[in-house]
Amino acid sequence: MDILYFAWVRERIGVPKETFDTKAATVADLVDELRAREGRYDVAFSDLSALRVAVDQELTDFDAPIQNASEVAFFPPMTGG
Amino acid sequence: MQVRVQSDPFDAGAELNAFAKGRQDLGAIVTFSGVVRDTADGGLRGMVIEHYPGMTERALQKIAQDAAERWSLGDVLVIHRYGPLAAGDIIMMVATAARHRKDAFEAAEYLMDYLKSRAPFWKKEQTTDGSDWVESKEEDEQALTRW
Repeated sequence: MDILYFAWVRERIGVPKETFDTKAATVADLVDELRAREGRYDVAFSDLSALRVAVDQELTDFDAPIQNASEVAFFPPMTGG
Repeated sequence: MQVRVQSDPFDAGAELNAFAKGRQDLGAIVTFSGVVRDTADGGLRGMVIEHYPGMTERALQKIAQDAAERWSLGDVLVIHRYGPLAAGDIIMMVATAARHRKDAFEAAEYLMDYLKSRAPFWKKEQTTDGSDWVESKEEDEQALTRW
């Protein structure tokens, strides 16, 4: 599964994209797996209320299923316009 | 309906003229342009806009589609830039064409409200004090509740 990071999430984790083998059922499970990996993930995901998630390029919630997803992206609230 | 995401600058006047050309059936065109504002009172050195290629285009298409279903519109145009920008640069524009102005105005406001907090763009400002990501505002999220 491709995992993408944008804005300060990308800066904190240090890469824009990585491929990660996971059996996580939901976004929240994936976050738990990532946080257990290394401190930089733990810091980036410490406050989920400050983060948004997209699964296969659709904005969704942290309890969304990801078993058939090919792309999950994490980023802060958007500031376009 | 046209959605464009680009790093290059664009001429908002020329875009409006091209959008308006030959619309004898549509009596109202509304445009909005967003400009890089110097929030640091002369201290803004520039701004970089990051986006999520692929999702950005999909999200903008969806927002434009939703507007076209909600109001009676003849056409919609959305252009949004990414990459480095300077104070005073035009970041983005929306244009709506309708038979009557109420539809055109309301649809343009709807497009702007959704584009601000549902299209995956992030602004980073560079000031003389350093650089920082622009934080989203509670009022931007609140603005969606009126639709």
